[in-house]
Amino acid sequence: MSKIWLITRREYLTRVRNKTFILSTFLFPAVIILFIVGSVLIQTQSRSHARIAVIDANGYFKDYLKGDSSITFDFSPGIDTANYAARGCTAVLIIPVLPQGKITDYRLKYKTQLSLAGTDDLKNRVNDAIVDHMIYQQTTISRGRLDSIRNQSHIGNLHTFEDQGKTAKASNQTMSFVVGYVSGILIYILTFIYGAMVMRGVMEEKTNRIAEVVVSSVKPFQLMMGKITGIGAVGLTQFLMWVILVVGLTVVAQGFLSAETWRTVQHAQQASQVGGAAGRTSEMASRVAKLDSAVSSVNLGLTVVLFLFYFIGGYLFYSALFAAVGSAVNEDPQEAQSLMMPITLPVVFSFIIMTIAVQEPTGPLAVWASIIPFSSPIVMMARIPAGVPGTVPYWQLGLSMLLLILGFLGTVWLAGRIYRVGILMYGKKPTWKVMWKWAFRES
Amino acid sequence: MNILEVKEVRKTFATQTAVDQVSFTLGQGSIFGLLGPNGAGKTTLIRMITGIFYPDSGSIFFQERPFSALKDSIHIGYMPEERGLYKRMKIGEQAIYLAQLKGMSRSEATRKVREWFARFEMQSWWNKKVEDLSKGMGQKLQFVTTVLHQPRLIILDEPFSGLDPVNANLIKEEIYSLAHQGATIIFSTHRMEQVEEICDHIILMNQGRKILDGTVAGVKQEFKENEFRIGLDSIPSSALDTDLFEVVERQDGQLVVKIAGGHRPNDVLRFFIDRGIGITSFTEILPSLNEIFIKLVEGTSTARQFHSL
Repeated sequence: MSKIWLITRREYLTRVRNKTFILSTFLFPAVIILFIVGSVLIQTQSRSHARIAVIDANGYFKDYLKGDSSITFDFSPGIDTANYAARGCTAVLIIPVLPQGKITDYRLKYKTQLSLAGTDDLKNRVNDAIVDHMIYQQTTISRGRLDSIRNQSHIGNLHTFEDQGKTAKASNQTMSFVVGYVSGILIYILTFIYGAMVMRGVMEEKTNRIAEVVVSSVKPFQLMMGKITGIGAVGLTQFLMWVILVVGLTVVAQGFLSAETWRTVQHAQQASQVGGAAGRTSEMASRVAKLDSAVSSVNLGLTVVLFLFYFIGGYLFYSALFAAVGSAVNEDPQEAQSLMMPITLPVVFSFIIMTIAVQEPTGPLAVWASIIPFSSPIVMMARIPAGVPGTVPYWQLGLSMLLLILGFLGTVWLAGRIYRVGILMYGKKPTWKVMWKWAFRES
Repeated sequence: MNILEVKEVRKTFATQTAVDQVSFTLGQGSIFGLLGPNGAGKTTLIRMITGIFYPDSGSIFFQERPFSALKDSIHIGYMPEERGLYKRMKIGEQAIYLAQLKGMSRSEATRKVREWFARFEMQSWWNKKVEDLSKGMGQKLQFVTTVLHQPRLIILDEPFSGLDPVNANLIKEEIYSLAHQGATIIFSTHRMEQVEEICDHIILMNQGRKILDGTVAGVKQEFKENEFRIGLDSIPSSALDTDLFEVVERQDGQLVVKIAGGHRPNDVLRFFIDRGIGITSFTEILPSLNEIFIKLVEGTSTARQFHSL
């Protein structure tokens, strides 16, 4: 045990003292922040704007179809499917006469495709125009009245809560999506970075022939485990440094925000407080208050704890396999590449499943992928922010954690047996079949 | 006391038998040469003695108790043929680390490393990295890390390769002094002149089997061919026809003769004395280990043969 500790200590210290580690620790958050700021800047500056020419056979869309900053409509006469582009429009909407009682197609012809959301938006606007037209035609209501009703009708706001028996927790789908997505990506990246680091470390020891000196003092398994735990500790250290740096930078960045931005934020906060006080008059509002007061930080704490669990579990599961590959190959990195395939494929698949799971955390693919240890570290992290035990029942979480523990015990055992033979074998690159024999041959 | 006893040890890999029923014993304080051509099974045998491999059958006794890799590794120092050190680790740090892996405490290891670095005049290397060292310097460092923890059994695989004569002598002196202090040394090499110079006892392996075992002097006696070099003041051009001996080589004032079976050196001397030829010198020619080695190994295939199981 103390020998594993010695090896862990060396692996940890040599890496943490390395310039590359210090550099990457500080550069990574900087790059991430630059990326976020940059993408926000680009998004705010180049909001797509569609200008759509309308050819209307009904004659009333001119009055009811409402444009705004994202879509404007051009009803100028003489515009047609041939010249709309020359007149500065991105698309042309052709609406034939729409008789009542049947469904008629209307068409959009474009040079530049609208976004998915844009197409939906356009559909809604056309429908609203039809509805407005019908209301105005079939009732005695005036246009002005109809418009003012529409303007005054935005008085409800949906708030979602996760039922937790006695209490309920305010939920935020966007937030859980973002947290799930980011956790999944982080585990994916960390698994690869530190898995590859374990593999390179093992290859280095093998090609340097230091392995033979060391395994004459310690068991090969101790050498492998020491390396895995040492590099895992480096990973945790780096991750914690990132968290501290990102939080620190955010605090510093807030100091640089202009006074005006602060006023806007404070204003928004005051407005919401006023709204809350006004609502407290009714019994309904007291229930709302109860729900609000039930909001606790349990989920955040749980998410962090489970993130650490799945990070460590996934890292142990995969780094053991990476160590086995590193022990089997020689200097040539290309040899490693082909043996790594069966390890990297499940990780990449998990990533793809994760992108689906954040959108639909209870789908059967997401559920099963979050239980099977090959994919659970990445996929489960995408589901957990959606809620435990609501979205992810305890049995699924428990089973997933149990299987991950069994899984990494299994891969560590298997890798240990391959490693023991591979670390002293030079010459031809073994195949997976040969490595399987190393693992299961009695000796 | 026997420090090491190897009994009918055998190790088979998937397609070949690397070590086949090898037995030998090693007394404390001896310098032992493990010889053999490439692929004879020396490295596999050494790896079993160091606990890296387990023998398929047979047993190994260390200090007259069954060998336990975990307990006994602290008493063994092993310097493999292919040198291995962490390239990017500082030298002092590295030597301490390797000693700690052998079970020394950090303070004890630090003290020992300083002591050995001083002896080899390596103090100024402390904060250098291995990648900054020349091959010979790396070799010295490797030697230091091998003997640092005062092992009772030291296994050196080609310890002098890459060393200049001055440094080779330095290490040779250390080997003698370690043996004098009671350590036993296993010395594996192809360089026969070094074996003759250093070793008391040798075994020769070929194709996984032990084919020769004995002291250096004993082996030479066993393989001598009854050849003598005789210095003569005048060499008769004829009249050497005798069934006593056969002239192997004729040089200026010297004859190399092979004495026929059943005759003794005295008979040869009497032969020349009787003919009034003055004898200036008379020495027995013993075969060099190199000759014995080649004689025994030649004719067998030089590489391990693969066979299907």
